[in-house]
Amino acid sequence: MAAPPRHSAMLSMNSAVATPQPMPGDMSQGPPQSLTPQPSQGLRVPSNRKTIYDRHLNRSRNAELSRASFAYLFAEMVTYAQRRVTGIQDLEKRLNEQGYPLGLRLLDLLFYRTTTTSSSALSSSSTSSSPPNRPLRILTLLHLIHGPLWRLLFGRSADALEHSVSPDTPNEYMITDNDPLVNAYISVPREMNQLNCAAFVAGIIEGVCDGCGFEAKVSAHNQPTEMWPSRTVFLLSFGESVMEREKVLERSGIK
Amino acid sequence: MRRASRYPLGDVTVFSLIIINKAGGLIYQREYQAGLRSLSTNDYLVLAGTFHGVHAITRSITPKLPLAQTSPATTTPGGGGSAPPAGYSYPNPGIAASGLEHLETEKFRLTCFQTLTGTKFLLFTDPMTGNVDTIMNKIYELYADYVMKNPFYQLEMPVRCEAFDRHLGAWLRGRT
Repeated sequence: MAAPPRHSAMLSMNSAVATPQPMPGDMSQGPPQSLTPQPSQGLRVPSNRKTIYDRHLNRSRNAELSRASFAYLFAEMVTYAQRRVTGIQDLEKRLNEQGYPLGLRLLDLLFYRTTTTSSSALSSSSTSSSPPNRPLRILTLLHLIHGPLWRLLFGRSADALEHSVSPDTPNEYMITDNDPLVNAYISVPREMNQLNCAAFVAGIIEGVCDGCGFEAKVSAHNQPTEMWPSRTVFLLSFGESVMEREKVLERSGIK
Repeated sequence: MRRASRYPLGDVTVFSLIIINKAGGLIYQREYQAGLRSLSTNDYLVLAGTFHGVHAITRSITPKLPLAQTSPATTTPGGGGSAPPAGYSYPNPGIAASGLEHLETEKFRLTCFQTLTGTKFLLFTDPMTGNVDTIMNKIYELYADYVMKNPFYQLEMPVRCEAFDRHLGAWLRGRT
């Protein structure tokens, strides 16, 4: 689901495979390395001395992660969070906290990747493309979450983006996902029906918002329909300061 | 003959499904089509326990072959009554004894599938239904997906997973 785990899992597997047999291209870099394993110092270094940090970040952009391994990992995360909580709200808070740092870090990867994809070739990235702007207005941020972030995480856009209709809460926005990947295999027991494990995704969104400088609280709510039994609405409520800044920016006409 | 003329995944009548955990407890029971008389909850528990016991006995009376006689002439089972107990093997050492697999009456057929972990799936179908293996595999797949990947399911406890009910029901009804 999330890019950094997918990324590292993918690359560490590659490096493990590359260890026993150096590729032919490596010969030009110097004398052939011996095949004896490196002294173990925590991180395994392949014989061509290329760790996962030496590889291009875009290399795993289209790499896919097994859905089943993610499902097992996420199930274990939920069980872990459940082991030391008192109530449903507490559990959701913990899942949210697990997602938050992921969102903060994901943001940089997202910006980085949108830069390199917007320019057609990697070689021209230094000259032609202008770096993508960090979102300044709420709407651009929401579109960033609804589109690119969702595609990075789940391979498709979110299903709906709405503004709260109530005049009391102009700071609330809703992003809808008809069938969240994290909940694909999860059936919440009836006595906990308030719980939505997509609180983890809400945490990721919160991290992204905070990383962009938009203070926000994000929560996940069940809104099942006949057709989509696990439809989830992510409610984003932005802080006072964000709304004030939004008004100033609107007056000065900044997009 | 009649079965051969049917389509591979054609008309299939699945009456009900029972899942028994490895200790012989009933953990799941659903009806999908009318056709069998239903039992009380208590009777289903007794059925599960009884079947578990009978299955264990049929497993243990599966004949073993003495290991010493490895010549192909000893393929007739049951010949190893007096050999020393240390060197026994099932006819095919790679496959454990399976025990009871089918029970058939005039009106229904019960097919038992035991997973490697000891969970048993009992499927009540029409005796004419072919391809029960395919159905069983799909049920096992759905079980592995929607029960075993659910963090709120406790092992060996009754299955109360709404997503499992939904997918299984939709799949079985979509086929019939």
